[in-house]
Amino acid sequence: MSRVKIPPDKQIILNVNGDEAVAYALKQSLVDVVAAYPITPQTIIVEKFSEFVANGEVHTEFVSVESEHSAMSACIGAAAAGARAFTASSSQGIALMWETLYIASALRLPIVLAVVNRALSAPINIHCDHSDAYGMRDSGWIQLFVENVQETYDTTIQAFKIAEDERVQLPVAVNLDGFFLSHTLENIRILPDNIVEEFLGGYRKVPSINVDYFEDKVPYMLNPARPITIGPLDLPDYYFEHKMALIDAMKNVYQVVREVNDEWYELTGRRYGDGVIDTYGIEDADTAIIVLGSAAGTVKHVVKRMRSQGLKTGVIRIRLFRPFPYREITELLKDIRVVGVLDRGISYGSYGPVYLEVNTALYDLRERPIIVNYIYGLGGRDLSPHEIEYVIRELHEIFEKGFVENKLKFIGVRG
Amino acid sequence: MAKQELPNIPIVKGEPAYKIWIFEPGWKGELPLLTNPREIAENKRSALLPGHRLCAGCAAPIIIKLVSFAFRGPTIVVQPTGCVEVSTTIFPYTSWAVPWIHVAFENAAAVASGIEAAIKAFKRTNRLPYDNIDIVVFAGDGGTYDIGFQALSGMAERGHKILYVLYDNEAYMNTGIQRSGGTPRFAWTTTTPVGKAIPGKPEWKKPIAEIMVAHRIAYVATATPAHWLDLMKKARKGLEANGPAFIHALSSCDRGWRHEEKLTIEITRRAVDTCYFPLWEWSPETGYLLTDRSLAIARNPKLKQPIEKFIELQGRLRHLLQPENRELLKQLQEYVDKTWEDLLKRAVNAPK
Repeated sequence: MSRVKIPPDKQIILNVNGDEAVAYALKQSLVDVVAAYPITPQTIIVEKFSEFVANGEVHTEFVSVESEHSAMSACIGAAAAGARAFTASSSQGIALMWETLYIASALRLPIVLAVVNRALSAPINIHCDHSDAYGMRDSGWIQLFVENVQETYDTTIQAFKIAEDERVQLPVAVNLDGFFLSHTLENIRILPDNIVEEFLGGYRKVPSINVDYFEDKVPYMLNPARPITIGPLDLPDYYFEHKMALIDAMKNVYQVVREVNDEWYELTGRRYGDGVIDTYGIEDADTAIIVLGSAAGTVKHVVKRMRSQGLKTGVIRIRLFRPFPYREITELLKDIRVVGVLDRGISYGSYGPVYLEVNTALYDLRERPIIVNYIYGLGGRDLSPHEIEYVIRELHEIFEKGFVENKLKFIGVRG
Repeated sequence: MAKQELPNIPIVKGEPAYKIWIFEPGWKGELPLLTNPREIAENKRSALLPGHRLCAGCAAPIIIKLVSFAFRGPTIVVQPTGCVEVSTTIFPYTSWAVPWIHVAFENAAAVASGIEAAIKAFKRTNRLPYDNIDIVVFAGDGGTYDIGFQALSGMAERGHKILYVLYDNEAYMNTGIQRSGGTPRFAWTTTTPVGKAIPGKPEWKKPIAEIMVAHRIAYVATATPAHWLDLMKKARKGLEANGPAFIHALSSCDRGWRHEEKLTIEITRRAVDTCYFPLWEWSPETGYLLTDRSLAIARNPKLKQPIEKFIELQGRLRHLLQPENRELLKQLQEYVDKTWEDLLKRAVNAPK
């Protein structure tokens, strides 16, 4: 740890919840425009940030828009004008901005969005599940899931760096579990302002592109010095190629996320696996659980206890859900015999989205593990250590038997 | 020679027209508002360049051209989805000589709000290479009256300094002439066909400009391309206003209104002559002021034409001239008269 640039004792301890951690990260990230609309459990982010604005602690222009659709639209306008832009939302808010999510990514605008995960209506419910994040799965956004409040702070800052990387230029959604993280206090360590500024390289820098009516490259922004047309009509003769550019950019994300994770480690002494995937006890395991978000903490706790009792089990926390780490999952699971995929959301008439991805990742293995999907925690229902223990024991029973009939199971739901 | 004393705008023969719209960082000054047609012809170039694919006879590019003649300097244009958007930016071509963005149908005002916010943040941190950048939205009636109304109302309430120009062709022309909140009563559209039971659109046109006045923004005006100088002056006032500005420009559509291409300007002129579409402007300081031809009509009511003069040129309303529809025509005339009388009462400069 001696090589850490800002050792823990030089970092400031802050007692905050997940939403406030996002707000503090924003305050340090030289964000030009924040456009947001209130929705529980995201509200604390914008409330806290409004205080920074009201006290003149940031240069940010805060636009309190009249809907989430306009929040994302204003971020798109701001980012197209060359600004660093941020918004935050949850659940119905994400659903309402869905149309513009696709436009933000296709216009290659590095907007950062904090998604404070919450169940979708109906019935209306303000508590955590991942349906909102799953709903934007195909929108061309990078999706990161965090496990605790410290990681929420760290990842929000990292998100700007990832989004604005020349190789990426895509928007990033930082997913934190509603209430479990957004409203739960934790002592975290934050960096001094100037260090964050240095990490991000100052204000946002706009990339340059070729336009056939200018000889030199021009900044990709709404710029009266070099006028360009952003968001034109694109017909069958070009649309596909433009989508290919987005597809190709997504391929670069894994590497950039890893680099940023490494750089953060050198800076702070903190890292989250390799940035893409975080594992525990997987090296010698027969069974494994795959999970996203804050539930990973509880799962790790139970896995640790059960490993001490001699059960060879491990946990894989997927931090980067989009683009999905297929190669890494294939590699990690090749010697595992039974995998339980926990999904806090479901595609009705199908399985949980992570389960489908894991199946895709494993198809090419000659000997594939058995994969079981456990749907848990819809509408904010708790996932207890007891239930996780039950799942792990069941995975081991399946391991002994060598087969399972029902691959779609539900945890903690009344029958 | 008078020509050499003209404002210094570098139009060089043989140089592409878009070059006039390039403002190098550090540019200072203000483009003059010219009112003499010859001076305009010699010194101005539209921000919407030739070669776009809007229909012959469309009024929208004329409106945009006239408004762009009133631009003050660096300007960013925002458009929602619509006729002008799809016809002027078919990749890999663009007709726009100024920075331009389209995002979606209902959010032009929100996108513009974000751009304005970014410019404020740049100014605050000394990163804006100009004194100012103007933001202008050109939106159709669908993107303004209907799907875009919430974003527009939000923009107005928050007070963003944006000029929002509505080119109102009174229906969803881009998708094939469906009725909108801007379609007048009795008009034929593909979703309000003139049938045996229902004679065209059953509802009156939404008074969008009045609704914007009710928002108490910095400047509201109506305009038509026929009254070109009036439109240019209003555009300039809108840009100079210290807050949101809204211009409601009537934009005839030969395809949708079912008129001859050559009648575009004549029809919008008659819309004013018949008081179907009076010309006025409003600001919190001045209240309602009649302008141009409408002020002339207020002073000399004999100039006011019957509504038949407006509808006789248009297939979408011509059924009102059938004998069996005499009652409907009467209703329309009464409605026009009533709104005109109301306006006269409010207009500060109307003879009392």
